[in-house]
Amino acid sequence: MPETLKITDLHVAVEGKPILRGVNLTIHRGETHALMGPNGSGKSTLGNAVMGHPGYEITGGSIELNGENIVEWDATQRSRAGIFMAFQRPMAIPGVKMADFLRHATTNVRNPDRKEGEELIPMRQFRKELTEQMEHLRMDKEFARRYVNDGFSGGEMKRAEILQMAMLRPKFAILDETDSGLDVDAVKLASESIAAIGQGTTGNGDQMGILIITHHDKLLERNAPDFTHVMLGGKIVETGGIELAQELYTEGYDRVRAAYPDAAATEQAMTEKDAIAN
Amino acid sequence: MSSMLASASFTQDAFDAFMATRDEPGWLTDIRQTAWSRFGELAMPTSRDEEWMRTDIRLFKLSKFSMPSEAPEIQSPRALLAEGVELGGYTVSVDSHSTESDFSEKWASKGVLFGSLDALVAEHGDRLRPYFERKLVDPLFDKFSALNAACWSGGNLLFVPKGVRVDEPLHNFSILSDGGTDLGKTLVILEEGAEATLLAESASVDEESGGLHCGSIELIVEKEARLRYVNLQNWSNSVWHFAHQMAHVGANANLQWTIGALGSRLAKVNQRVALTGSDAEAQVNGVMFTQGKQHLCYSTHQHHQAPHCQSDLMYKAALQGTSRTVWRGMIQVDKAAQQTNAYQRNDNLMLATTARADSIPGLEIEADDVRCTHGSTSGRVDDDQLFYAMTRGYTRQEAVRMIVSGFFQKVFDRITIESVREALGEAIGQRVRDI
Repeated sequence: MPETLKITDLHVAVEGKPILRGVNLTIHRGETHALMGPNGSGKSTLGNAVMGHPGYEITGGSIELNGENIVEWDATQRSRAGIFMAFQRPMAIPGVKMADFLRHATTNVRNPDRKEGEELIPMRQFRKELTEQMEHLRMDKEFARRYVNDGFSGGEMKRAEILQMAMLRPKFAILDETDSGLDVDAVKLASESIAAIGQGTTGNGDQMGILIITHHDKLLERNAPDFTHVMLGGKIVETGGIELAQELYTEGYDRVRAAYPDAAATEQAMTEKDAIAN
Repeated sequence: MSSMLASASFTQDAFDAFMATRDEPGWLTDIRQTAWSRFGELAMPTSRDEEWMRTDIRLFKLSKFSMPSEAPEIQSPRALLAEGVELGGYTVSVDSHSTESDFSEKWASKGVLFGSLDALVAEHGDRLRPYFERKLVDPLFDKFSALNAACWSGGNLLFVPKGVRVDEPLHNFSILSDGGTDLGKTLVILEEGAEATLLAESASVDEESGGLHCGSIELIVEKEARLRYVNLQNWSNSVWHFAHQMAHVGANANLQWTIGALGSRLAKVNQRVALTGSDAEAQVNGVMFTQGKQHLCYSTHQHHQAPHCQSDLMYKAALQGTSRTVWRGMIQVDKAAQQTNAYQRNDNLMLATTARADSIPGLEIEADDVRCTHGSTSGRVDDDQLFYAMTRGYTRQEAVRMIVSGFFQKVFDRITIESVREALGEAIGQRVRDI
């Protein structure tokens, strides 16, 4: 029985405003899922809610990891349990070197019971692994000495997120528009890296369960989704195979909107409210 | 009114009794007597004084403290700065009474004087007199400078003769007992071409104990000399801390002065550096970390008196709870100080919305060919930053500590003594509270 991340009837509100309205999604380890949908449909909200962002209030439903409801867990517990997200806009931490940040992170995730102040993974072993992973991602050695996301270009941030995923070897990873802001070659490299990490060929051989949030096809080229989900108005309205992804990035969401008028109306209302609020 | 109240325990009788125990040269007795009269005349500062506008000391009662008469028996707290450092010598004092010291014969034989100031001034009075009489800290400046000049005891002296390079750091540890008074005075003299590193730190016997420190520091760095001076104040958060500190940096001389300001309930510190000879250089580093209801006020002054000098000041503060820091910086450039290059910077990181940091830079420039710049930033640790680190396996506490240490990294990078960086990092880590 593969490990499972199961989201059931998930409702999430941000600042009291409902965003997710009953999401159902089950990911087994080893599977690749694509999550598509128009802007503002709730894709990033799902990612943040799964990671345990305190600003995303879960108003109903459950998130289960291998049968255990993790809704009450904080982000630390979730990441140490093997759930990861590559952020669309990762935060900068000035003054903290990438290598130091990752050495703590890697130790914590691989040794979930570690208390602060307890030993880190040996420097030599960590260096070796980090250098290897950076070579896979064709990153300059200098990168490890830079401060976390501080002054990084869009592309550097995305690559740094993939590097972190490679080091942390999560069981489940959500990639939130990891292809945005990258040029064609960079997307290709990212795509290959994610595939390699996902298959476990760069790490300990364990496969990941991956949820790729994207608008494009490039990232999916090397990561052919077993399932494609379409989100509209805070719900997953349709699930298909790779052909659904191909349809959506060539033809857009008009057919989906027409097929699910209720969700489309909700989407419309959410977008208008945003427009007024802004 | 306030001066009457304030002097109950620092009475004429107490002062006379104190003086009767001193075995000091007449010129020093004169300095003490003059300062004592001034102390009696001066009122406690109030918020009506420009200097004290932001620092309320109405709850400070000098009458609760008394002249330090003898060193009480205490359990010594751990000193941080000297850990893992091969020292050339050290001193320990309790309530400004010297209790222990050691000094390597290697340096003593080269004429270096190091130890408690009162013992050494009794022995080398004639030699030290001119430095006392330069009065870097003006004994008559305010109530606190007068009290220190009149009643200082114990204290620390480092005198390095011409051309001697002391390449082993020296350590001063000043401990304050519960309810104790520390009226220490530090005098450092580096003659022409001399070099030294002095690590000074202060601590309370435990985290709860209160006390009073009213001190002075005078650093005289003569022509072509190089001094690294570190001053870590790591008292409990119940200590009152008043200090006047002044350095003179001579021609082609270099001073690196690092302050770690972590403890005390209320601190009012004047830290002044004067560049008195051409091509002098001073680097000033300040690391402040506060919590609870602490109030730390540091007024810094970079005084360019001679041409072609450089001064570079960086103060960084991270604040928790309802604490408050005040940094007032002044760059003063005299008419003679052409080609001055002066910089001051203050960055503050709020770890709580209830904390407050005041940042008040100032420039007073009389020369016309100078480069003087200042900068100040204020930011806060936000939930998204913490969340990001937590999704990488950090606990919230660990994330806060990491973000704070990242914030201080820039100033740590400037501190060239590894043990100091480590000690500051450790002391700060211990003071990180839940946010």
